[in-house]
Amino acid sequence: MEFTRKNRQLLSRIATNDRHGENSHYFDGWKAYDSNPFHPIHNPDGVIQMGLAENPLCFDLIEKWIRENPDASICTAEGLDKFKDIAIYQDYHGLREFREAVAKFMGRVGGNRVTFDPNRIVMSGGATGANETAIFCLADPGDAFLVPSPYYAGFTRDLRWRTGVEIVPVHCKSSNNFRITRAALEEAYEKAQRSNINIKGVIITNPSNPLGTVLDKETMRSLVSFVTDKKIHLVSDEIYAATVFSSPRFISVAEVMQDMDCNRDLIHIVYSLSKDMGFPGFRVGIVYSFNDDVTNCARKMSSFGLVSSQTQFLLASMLSDDEFVGNFLRESSKRLAKRHHVFTKGLEEVGISTIKSNAGLFFWMDMRPLLKEQTTKAETELWRVIINKVKLNVSPGSSFLCSEPGWFRVCFANMDDKTVEVALDRIREFVLQGKEENNHEADKSQARAQRWRKQNLRLSFSSSRLYDESLMSPHMISPHSPIPHSPLVRART
Amino acid sequence: MVSMSKIAIGNGHGENSPYFDGWKAYETNPFHPIDRPDGVIQMGLAENQLCFEFIKKWLMEHPEASLCTAEGVNRFKETALFQDYHGMPEFRQAVAKFMGKVRGDRVKFDPDRIVMSGGATGAHEMVAFCLADPGEALLVPTPYYPGFDRDLRWRTGVELVPVICESSHNFQITRTAMEAAYEKAQEANLKVKGLLITNPSNPLGTIMDRETLKSIVKFINEKNIHLIGDEIYAATVFKDPEFVSISEVIQEVECNHDLIHIVYSLSKDMGFPGFRVGIVYSYNDAVVNCARKMSSYGLVSSQTQHLIATMLNDDDFLHNFIMESKEQLFKRHKYFTWSLSQVGIGSLKSNGGLFIWMDLRKLLKEKTFDAEMDLWRVIINEVKLNVSPGSSFHCHEPGWFRVCFANMEDNTMEVALSRIRSFILKNNESIVPRKLCRRSSLKLSLSRSLSRRMDDFMSPAGIMSPHSPLPQSPLVRART
Repeated sequence: MEFTRKNRQLLSRIATNDRHGENSHYFDGWKAYDSNPFHPIHNPDGVIQMGLAENPLCFDLIEKWIRENPDASICTAEGLDKFKDIAIYQDYHGLREFREAVAKFMGRVGGNRVTFDPNRIVMSGGATGANETAIFCLADPGDAFLVPSPYYAGFTRDLRWRTGVEIVPVHCKSSNNFRITRAALEEAYEKAQRSNINIKGVIITNPSNPLGTVLDKETMRSLVSFVTDKKIHLVSDEIYAATVFSSPRFISVAEVMQDMDCNRDLIHIVYSLSKDMGFPGFRVGIVYSFNDDVTNCARKMSSFGLVSSQTQFLLASMLSDDEFVGNFLRESSKRLAKRHHVFTKGLEEVGISTIKSNAGLFFWMDMRPLLKEQTTKAETELWRVIINKVKLNVSPGSSFLCSEPGWFRVCFANMDDKTVEVALDRIREFVLQGKEENNHEADKSQARAQRWRKQNLRLSFSSSRLYDESLMSPHMISPHSPIPHSPLVRART
Repeated sequence: MVSMSKIAIGNGHGENSPYFDGWKAYETNPFHPIDRPDGVIQMGLAENQLCFEFIKKWLMEHPEASLCTAEGVNRFKETALFQDYHGMPEFRQAVAKFMGKVRGDRVKFDPDRIVMSGGATGAHEMVAFCLADPGEALLVPTPYYPGFDRDLRWRTGVELVPVICESSHNFQITRTAMEAAYEKAQEANLKVKGLLITNPSNPLGTIMDRETLKSIVKFINEKNIHLIGDEIYAATVFKDPEFVSISEVIQEVECNHDLIHIVYSLSKDMGFPGFRVGIVYSYNDAVVNCARKMSSYGLVSSQTQHLIATMLNDDDFLHNFIMESKEQLFKRHKYFTWSLSQVGIGSLKSNGGLFIWMDLRKLLKEKTFDAEMDLWRVIINEVKLNVSPGSSFHCHEPGWFRVCFANMEDNTMEVALSRIRSFILKNNESIVPRKLCRRSSLKLSLSRSLSRRMDDFMSPAGIMSPHSPLPQSPLVRART
C-alpha cells in the first residue's frame, strides 16, 4: 500500500492507471494456462490454449523457402556481404524492397483489385504500434473513436493508454449477425455529441476479430459514406485479410473507395504480418494512409517502433517471390478451412452453434443456452468453469465488450490436430454432462466417473488414430513453457 | 481540411531544426569516392562502422545465430511465433552480460530488469511516459542530442529544461548548474520529475568522473526526482579514464534506487542501428512492469533477439569485440584529432563517443549563433562536410561543432581532412600553428608530413577495408 502510494507520486498517471488493460480478466485465462499448460505427453490434463490467435499452420512451406533462399538472410554465406549495409540502415522510410514487397503482398491479399503504393507504407511496432500511431496522428487526448463491438480486447490499451483517447463502442447484435448498421453508427455518434464527446473517427476490424466474418460491400460503402458525411476518420484494421478461407471474399476499404465519392484523406489502413503470415515475433506493423500528412506524420513517429532491418531484408525477399506467395496464400486458406470445419462440425454435433464465419483464426461460439441467466456475471461463471474444469482457455465475450452475454471466442489454428481432438472431446463431454445434469437429479458422480472412464478409453483410442506425426514437433511448446508439470498438478479453482 | 491531432500538426517532431538541413544537403549530393568525389561527406551521423569485418567473421563461424541457415532453421517457427513482451530469456541474459562486461564486470545486471524498446528512441519516450505527466519537466544538461526534443517531448507532452554547462568547466555538470535549472523550472511553475544525463556524452564524447556522478546522484536523491542515465555510448570509451556507470555509483552512494533508470541500445556500441535494439533498465519494479507493458509498441524483432542472444552469449566474442572496437576507435580518434591540430583546430579532450566536439570559436566573425550558422553553411556548402552546429545541441556558447569520425572509410576521412585543411589554410591562416607557416610550400609540406605520419597510426595489415575503392592521392584538393 505504502509502496503504491509512493509510486503514485513518483510515477506518471499513465504508469499508475489501469488503461493498459491487463487487469481485465481476459488475461486470467492466460495465467491459468501459463501455470498449467497442456502437453499431449507430459501434461495431458493441462489447460489447452485457445485464447491466442496465432497462425502456425504453414511453417513447413516457410521453412522450405528459407532453406532454398539463403540469400534472404544477412547471416548466411550468400547474404553476408549485405550485413553491414543492413545493420546500419535506420532510415525510417524503410528499405525500398521491403515496402515494395509488402505493398505487393497487400495487393494480392486483396485479390489484386487494388494496387498499394510502396511510398505510403509506413512501419510500426506490430499492429499494436500501428493502431497507437494512427490514433496519435488523428486525435487529441479526450477525443474518442467509435469502435463496433465486439472488438479486440487489446484496443483498450492500444488506442487509449498513452494517447488519452477514448473508445465509444457501437454495440452490434446477434439478431442481425453482429452487422454494423448505419443506424447504430448514427445513434452512437449522436449520443456522443450530446455528451460533449468529440468523435474523431471510426475503427473497424475487417475481417473481424473476434467474429471471423468479413464486411460486405454494402456495409463498407455505408461506413465510408458515414465518415465522409461526418468528416471523421476511418481506420480499417485489416490484419486478418489473408486468413479468409472461403467465400465471401475479403474486400479492403481501399477497393471500396475506388468507385465511391469519398474524402480519401479520411481513410487509413492498419496492416501486419502477425496473423496472415504467422510472424507475430517479427513485429511487422504497417500504417497505410491515403492522407499525405498522416503518412508523413506516421513516418516520423515510426522511429519509435521501426521494423528491424534484418527482418525487413528477409521479408523483402520472401514476399517478392510471387510463386511462394501464391502457393502460401492458397495453402494457408485450405488448411484454415479444414481446421475450421473440423471444429465447427464437431461442435454442431453436440448442439453448439457458432457465428457463420469464413475468416480469422477463431470462431465465435454461442454458449448462451448454457448460461444460468443472460447476464455477464453468469457468463463469467461459465467461463471460469471452462477454464478450470474443462481446462480450455477460451475468451469470454465480455472481454471483447460484447453487449450480449454468452458468446466466447475460440482460437482453432494455434494447435496441432491431436490437440484439436482433445479440445473437442472435452467440449463434447462438458456439454453432454451439462445436458444430463439438467435432466437427472440422481447421484451423478458415480455415473460421471463411469462415463469418464469410458471416455478416457475412447480418447486414447481415437487419439492414437488421429495422431499426426508430422505436426508433433519438439517446438510445439513455446520456449516459455515452464518445465511441464506432472499431470497430477491441480488447476486453480 | 481534414483535422488531425495537435501532435500531428505541431512541430514536436523536431525535423524543422537546422540539424536536419545538413542532412538534406548530404542527401541531395552524397559523397562517393569514385562516383561523386565532390559530394558532401556525411560527418553528422554518429555511426560505428569500424568493426564489421570482425562481426562478419564471427557470423561465418556461427551459422546457428541465424534462423535462416541449415543450422538455425529448426528454430524458425518458434522464434517467429514468439511475441512475449518479456523477451527471450537468452536475449535478456546476453544483453545483461554485455552491459556488465562493458562496465568491467564491476556491476552485475539482472536479466529480469531488461525491458525492450524500439531503439534508444523508443526507450527514451517510454521512460518519459512512465515518469512524467504532460506539462511536467525533465532537466537535461546542454549540449544534448537534438533527438531528445522529439523523443522525450513530442507525444508525451513533457517539457525539457536545460542545465547549462559551459566550456569554462569543460562542459561538466556542476551542482550549481543543476540547482539553477531546478530553480528556473520552479519559477516557471514546471514540476521537475527527473534529470536525464548522457554518459558518455553526446555530443561531447567525454565521460563523467566519479565525483560528478556522485554529486548528481546526491542531487536527485535530495530533490526526490528521477535520474535517467543514457549510456548508449558506454562501449565506445576507447582510452582511460575508464567509463563509470551510474549503476556503479549507486552501489557507493546512498540513494533511493526507485529513482534510477538506465537507457541502453546496441546502435552505437555494436554499430547496429538498423536492428532497433533499445533497452530500458530500471531499478524501480513498478517502472520495469510498466515499461514492459509499453514495450509492446516497440519490441525487438524475435529474429534479431535470436541473433543478438547467440552473439553476446559467446564470451570470447564479447571480450574480443570490445577490445577490437576500442582499438579501432582509439586509432581513428587519435589520427583525426591530431590532423586537425596540425592546422590549429582544437577539440574538447575526449575519450569516448563516435565524434569530437570541435572548437571553431576562433573562426566566428562574432560570438553569436548567427555567426555560427553562417560558418556552418559555409562548411556544408563550400567545404562540403555535413557537420552539426552546436546550437542544434542547445549549446550555450556559439562556435562548437560535432564532427563524427567513425562512420566512414579511411580514405573518405582523408578527403574530409584535406578539405578542412584547405579551407583553413585558404581562409584562416591566422589560426594555423606558426611552425608550419615557416615552410615555403605549406601544402606540400603538410601532405608530406601527412603521409609520413599516417603510417604511425595505421596497422601494418593495411588500412583499406575490403570495401574501399582505390585509395585517393593525398594531393586531392578540397573544394574551396
